[in-house]
Amino acid sequence: MSINLIQDEIISEFSLLDGDMEMTVFYIMELGQKLPEMSSEEKSEMNEVKGCQSKVWMTARLEKNAIYFSADSNTAITKGLVSLLVRIFNNQSPESILSADLYFMKKIGMERFIGTQRSNGFAAMTKQIKLYALAFKTQLATH
Amino acid sequence: MNAVLTPKIDIEKIRGEFPILHQQINGKPLVYFDNAATNQKPKRVIKALTDYYQGYNANIHRGIHTLAEKATSAYEDTRVAMWKFINAQHVEEIIFTSGVTESINLVASSYGRAFLKEGDEIIISGLEHHSNIVPWQMIAEEKKAILKVISITPAGEIDLDHYKKLLSDRTKIVAVNHASNSLGTINPVKEIISMAHAVEAFVLIDGAQASAHLPIDVQDLDCDFYCISSHKMYGPTGTGILYGKKKLLEKMPPYMGGGEMIKDVTFAKTTYNDLPYKFEAGTPNIADVVALKEAVLFINELGKENIAAHEHNLLQYATAKLSALPQVKLIGTASNKVSVQSFIIDRIHPFDIGQMLDARGIAVRTGHHCTQPLMDSFGIEGTVRASFAVYNTREEIDQMIEGLKRIIGFLIK
Repeated sequence: MSINLIQDEIISEFSLLDGDMEMTVFYIMELGQKLPEMSSEEKSEMNEVKGCQSKVWMTARLEKNAIYFSADSNTAITKGLVSLLVRIFNNQSPESILSADLYFMKKIGMERFIGTQRSNGFAAMTKQIKLYALAFKTQLATH
Repeated sequence: MNAVLTPKIDIEKIRGEFPILHQQINGKPLVYFDNAATNQKPKRVIKALTDYYQGYNANIHRGIHTLAEKATSAYEDTRVAMWKFINAQHVEEIIFTSGVTESINLVASSYGRAFLKEGDEIIISGLEHHSNIVPWQMIAEEKKAILKVISITPAGEIDLDHYKKLLSDRTKIVAVNHASNSLGTINPVKEIISMAHAVEAFVLIDGAQASAHLPIDVQDLDCDFYCISSHKMYGPTGTGILYGKKKLLEKMPPYMGGGEMIKDVTFAKTTYNDLPYKFEAGTPNIADVVALKEAVLFINELGKENIAAHEHNLLQYATAKLSALPQVKLIGTASNKVSVQSFIIDRIHPFDIGQMLDARGIAVRTGHHCTQPLMDSFGIEGTVRASFAVYNTREEIDQMIEGLKRIIGFLIK
């Protein structure tokens, strides 16, 4: 599924919550609980996404021109938020990740849900994903 | 302070004086439990701000026109109000600053730079806010002085035996808070001060968390410096006071008189060379200082003993309700506390708890509360902190407990 189709899917799922803040927070945490936990070795300083208020770890691997992400966080809500990014960007090519426009955040009112401090963290996570995509793109080009 | 008193105040009437409380957050009535960070402002304080800007905004101490006279007199009225509020001996012992942080920096910088020598010792406690740690670290580094830290007991109290061991003839300054912002512990400051005076050290008290809750009598305490932030006592943000004993303040050089700033402050210094003006260079925060007087009157009219009694009842109620939740661990269990309760919940991060409570309209503080060394001593990253003010109610505490039960039910299966 394309990045935009997944974003549209997320937008329609969140619209069912009807803007109820408590239900939204519960829903985000539920999404996080479904994301597989990373091993303690993977939760290393090297894999830490800098710029987040909570701790976030992320790794990525390339398989046949598609990138797969693993991510985890020490807080349940952040883990839910990062799970949305993993869902959107998993199994996508480096090019499509680099050119992606994350419009779902505005559509589901992400700023209202997470506040500026978490928004900055979200931007840091997105940047990390794009950095992985750029690195893999360069790697593919040189092979 | 811990004797249970029946407060002679009408909480519903008081709530009516705080417009901000009457709103919905995320579809739920606001429950404001972040009072240790800043408390809300009664109408009379807000009105004083608008009255000033609409009626007599003018620069003080300089003009001879009517507005300047009116503004100057309102500004100085607040100095008199603060003088009485803390029972200082002289009115010129009240210096307006931007708040506790600036007050501490003023003393560390002015007193420290003029009088500290290599090898001198400064004592702080493990309960301090970063604003009562960093200014001392800075001046200690500059003057090659040594910073010593009093240990904290598991309940979150200052270890007086350890303090006694740290005191010596090398001790020049002791800086501790009157009440802890993270844990609520009320420190035995009178004892701490007299022990410091026995070795001829000066004592600075950070009164940020005390001013709205505890009686303050600087002459009875015999402290050398006392710092207050207006915004933590129902007053506007951006102002506060430094109290200092006159004989000490007179000896101290102007705060802005050193280093590269000297060119900019020469005018102010040459114009205002007497106390308190030598420490108030430049146009001060006139509007907020003027409105601070209304906050003092608000507290005085309610009576601190009534405020303290109501808050003590709330704290006892909240502590009992939180203790009844087996997953909750209280952090800070001193016997003598202001209305602050910190806690953690096993396997749930404080940020998640804060966010979930906010979704129900409940504002608490989460994190290290600018006391990272204190959090380290408990081996934790941070806590959830609920802090109560005179306008809070038991029903609001019940709402927080309900919220916590839902979070625990959802996340701990």
